[in-house]
Amino acid sequence: MAHTLDRSPAGSGIPAAAPAARPGRRFRQTAGRQHHAGPLTYVLLVGAAFVSLFPLYWNVVAASHSGERVVEAPAPLLPGNRLLDNLSFAWNQVDMGEALINTTIVASLVALSTVLFSTLAGFAFAKLPFRGRGMLLSLVVATMTIPPQLSVIPLYQIITDLGWFDQLQSVVLPSLVAAFGVFFMRQFLVEALPMELVEAARMDGAHSLRIIWHVVFPVARPAMAVLGMLVFVQAWNDFFWPFIALTPDGNPTLQVALAGLGAGNHTVDHAVVLTGALISTVPLLLVFAFLGKHIVGGITAGAVKS
Amino acid sequence: MATSVRARPDGSPPPAAPPSSPGPRGRRSPGGLRSTLYRWDIKAIPYVFVAPFFLTFAAFGLFPLIYTGWLSLNRVELGGDPTWKGLENYTDLATSEFFWNALFNTFTIGVIATVPQLLMALGLAHLLNYKLRGRGFFRVAILAPYATSIAAATLVFAQLFNTDYGMINSVLGWVGIDPVNWESSKWPAQIAISVIVTWRWTGYNALIYLAAMQAVPQDLYEAASLDGASRWRQFISVTIPSIRPTILFTIVVSTIGATQLFGEPMLFGGSVGISGGSGNQFQTLSLLMYEKGWVTGALGQASAIAWVMLLLLLLVGGVQALVSRHNRKKLGG
Repeated sequence: MAHTLDRSPAGSGIPAAAPAARPGRRFRQTAGRQHHAGPLTYVLLVGAAFVSLFPLYWNVVAASHSGERVVEAPAPLLPGNRLLDNLSFAWNQVDMGEALINTTIVASLVALSTVLFSTLAGFAFAKLPFRGRGMLLSLVVATMTIPPQLSVIPLYQIITDLGWFDQLQSVVLPSLVAAFGVFFMRQFLVEALPMELVEAARMDGAHSLRIIWHVVFPVARPAMAVLGMLVFVQAWNDFFWPFIALTPDGNPTLQVALAGLGAGNHTVDHAVVLTGALISTVPLLLVFAFLGKHIVGGITAGAVKS
Repeated sequence: MATSVRARPDGSPPPAAPPSSPGPRGRRSPGGLRSTLYRWDIKAIPYVFVAPFFLTFAAFGLFPLIYTGWLSLNRVELGGDPTWKGLENYTDLATSEFFWNALFNTFTIGVIATVPQLLMALGLAHLLNYKLRGRGFFRVAILAPYATSIAAATLVFAQLFNTDYGMINSVLGWVGIDPVNWESSKWPAQIAISVIVTWRWTGYNALIYLAAMQAVPQDLYEAASLDGASRWRQFISVTIPSIRPTILFTIVVSTIGATQLFGEPMLFGGSVGISGGSGNQFQTLSLLMYEKGWVTGALGQASAIAWVMLLLLLLVGGVQALVSRHNRKKLGG
């Protein structure tokens, strides 16, 4: 198991081209019936793209002005020259740097372990016969509907008793594997992994861990990459439980630090608050700019059958 | 694995073992230890593979859920020992105007945040289903809000919605609408919070609908156009019925999300966020639960609110199951 963990980060980053293949094929198949878009369609879509992107653009604008300018009407529309000052203030006074490192650690650990455990469980549910399989899979799906509100009170008491309050493990451990991931990998492997491949490996005398390593992982790699990105985004942005388990001034993730900023803990300078928002958003937007196509493919591929 | 070799040395020859597999590492005689191992591998390994999920769920999902139920029947101070109260926390809730206010707010914000969102997502998916230039750009652009966190999005929108200097009131001023008090009036505040939710999720749902639309068989459209159906008619009579399961799925997911709404109203309210505005005008059930548990320190009452949320979701799930069974019957008959 240990060497599996070591190698999978490299593995989940590589197959950038592969995930697009599945939805891409689907688009081509149905391209025949698609009508060409008229001018009105473009107007509406440009409008939708504008509404989607404008708040992000304005976040950059606000982060590059002084706090006084941001709260003056009319609101600024073009970037100013205070971005570096605001960044250094947010970085040094509010310690967004530490929050950035914490968030990276949490999101990476959660993504890695969710991908690993979800692939194992997804493989078992997709290809291995065992008693209670259907019932257990329904149970996995049912757990998706339970909101975190139902568990935070006991969890809060537990982490307090263990001395884990404001420690990163208290937000990592509950998220080590997610029902969504198990279901996602199961849906992928049901179709993508031919049973003959598994049986042939068994005939050659391979035990299950060898099959996982040499048969399942190579086939599942595109879906593992997509799942890793989706879980990373989710863990990066997670709010409710981290807000309870961590404190803005202690050992926060970015979202918890932002909540502290928003409540006016350190400053009521709105430019600095929005600079904090920018710091928390930019890393994910960079990921989207480079890998957005594959994330889009992953969302659509995972949803169709559900 | 090594421990399991030692743990099972009985070596009875299983009839199920593959008869003629020499195996790449056939150092030991076939049968015996190896085939026991093989049988153990086949039988037990699926459970080993699904165990991490179920152990994690048992520890961080199921146990806390049940324990929350038990706490809801007790009086528990933050850091203190529970004392039995029976159903008193629930009867207290039933007579608490704060609870009914939060329940009502959760419902109204939920409706304002999900109904227009899903309708717009459906429309967007339909547009994206045309042959387009810049298809990839449009898809990534409408998904960008999904990459923005609740906290970042809410802090940006709180500025845009500011009553005195916010851009949204400026734009409304151009068309002759007086400045709206987005924070302290009830309905404007609920609409503003719903706008944040809608902004973050519309593109995501549109892409889910788009994928479902692209799986609709082409002959359905061909038959419809042979019958002289207009494009709008085709959308209503072919597209919508074909993607009905996906629509139902997004309704359920959005409803679950709306029931737990917490970060948006809290951060939108700034210093009075946890109480949902100075007059509780946008306090949701989650916010009330947090306020009871961590501000007042009444964990028993907070637990009761959590369980009420669970019962609400079970109700939603039951209705959803009924609706989908009804649909299936109608389609079958």
